[in-house]
Amino acid sequence: MIDKTVPSVAQAVQGIHDGATVMIGGFGEAGSPIELIHSLIDQGASNLTVINNNTGSGEVGLAALIKAGRVRKMICSYPRSQNSTVFPDLYRAGKVELELVPQGTLAERIRAGGAGIPAFYTPASVGTPLQEGKELRSFGNQEYVLERGLRADYALLKARCADRYGNLLYNKTARNFSPLMAMAGGTTIVQVAEIVEAGELDPEAVITPGIFVQQVIRIPNPAHESDLVRQGVIYP
Amino acid sequence: MTSPIGLSREEMAQRVALDIPDGSYVNLGIGIPELIAKFVPEGREFIYHTENGLLGMGPSPLEGQGEPELINAGKRQITALPGAAYFHHADSFAMIRGGHLDLCVLGALQVAKNGDLANWSTGGPDAIPAVGGAMDLVAGVKQIFAVTQHCTKKGHPKLVEACTFPLTGVGVVSRIYTDLAVIAVTPEGLRVLELSPGVDLAYVQERTGTELLPSLPSS
Repeated sequence: MIDKTVPSVAQAVQGIHDGATVMIGGFGEAGSPIELIHSLIDQGASNLTVINNNTGSGEVGLAALIKAGRVRKMICSYPRSQNSTVFPDLYRAGKVELELVPQGTLAERIRAGGAGIPAFYTPASVGTPLQEGKELRSFGNQEYVLERGLRADYALLKARCADRYGNLLYNKTARNFSPLMAMAGGTTIVQVAEIVEAGELDPEAVITPGIFVQQVIRIPNPAHESDLVRQGVIYP
Repeated sequence: MTSPIGLSREEMAQRVALDIPDGSYVNLGIGIPELIAKFVPEGREFIYHTENGLLGMGPSPLEGQGEPELINAGKRQITALPGAAYFHHADSFAMIRGGHLDLCVLGALQVAKNGDLANWSTGGPDAIPAVGGAMDLVAGVKQIFAVTQHCTKKGHPKLVEACTFPLTGVGVVSRIYTDLAVIAVTPEGLRVLELSPGVDLAYVQERTGTELLPSLPSS
């Protein structure tokens, strides 16, 4: 019988190795899998390349992973936030690398990676510093820049609801990058607030089909990053 | 020092709203553009897109009724209006890059006379570069309006011959709304369409880093 549920967050992240590339879902705090990230901090893997739109806030979740020195390189579109200096401080000190990618290009690179497309052309960034060093090509009378698909060893995601097959439903704007990362992650690990019986999800409504998901862990009341930051929580 | 001359931020937003056709799908940037949603002219309906995955974005929630997972691209809590739709990031940027959105209104650090836009980085040595979705928006949305103060806080012109800050996109802005004027980007250069009350062309020209063409007599 197929059952992708795992009993603990510790078990979910235990295989993540030093030097792994890890996609982490979320746009700001919406969709950020805080419990999985904290478990990854406890697990100890380092020298990670992390792909996320941002770099976290406060000193919890992704910002805490970076603060703990586990991240060698960030691939993101917007590495600043109003309430975190973790990434900027380490970046200025030369202790973490940054690959800055326009947000739509980042999304499409992840989608392409998961869909078996090695590279694609996009008009975004043509004529800007972010195009430097990349191949340009004209189609019609417009120029486009070649961007490469992204894959990762692991994807850590948050969704609202799953069944044992790994079919997923999300919550509002917490969906963001997660359906793309589910496709691009070699091992996709998803924390969900609720697990339902197979057959309870309307097949017409499933957002991520279970084939893209390897592990599901139930976290019934996930923390919100902004609540933790407001409470002054510092992880670990 | 703030000049009492020219439009306020709210008045600038209101002025932009007048030029948005009924039924437009619109993406609003952070800052003054966000205020435009308060000034939809009577009888028109706009649908707002936020690039983190929502069409049909509504105003901020009432105090205490917000949700941490219902936010806009500026990561502020918002609401979803009846008829709204959620989608993932690749679909969201397919709307943008695929030319499905009618208009994007963005803030600006500099706009050049050919419509080049710089709005993501001052290029300073200590700046943390952060671009978000700006480059995708200017490359894909059908029409790009820039709304900005005419000059920086230090009084330097933001409308220039050529941008000195890193570009967001080349020749992408079609119209500029400032506290002093409404200006069209044309093949001949920047043409003044409208001057704010109490302002004449010479006053605006003095505060502009490139030649301004006078408005054409209306036919």
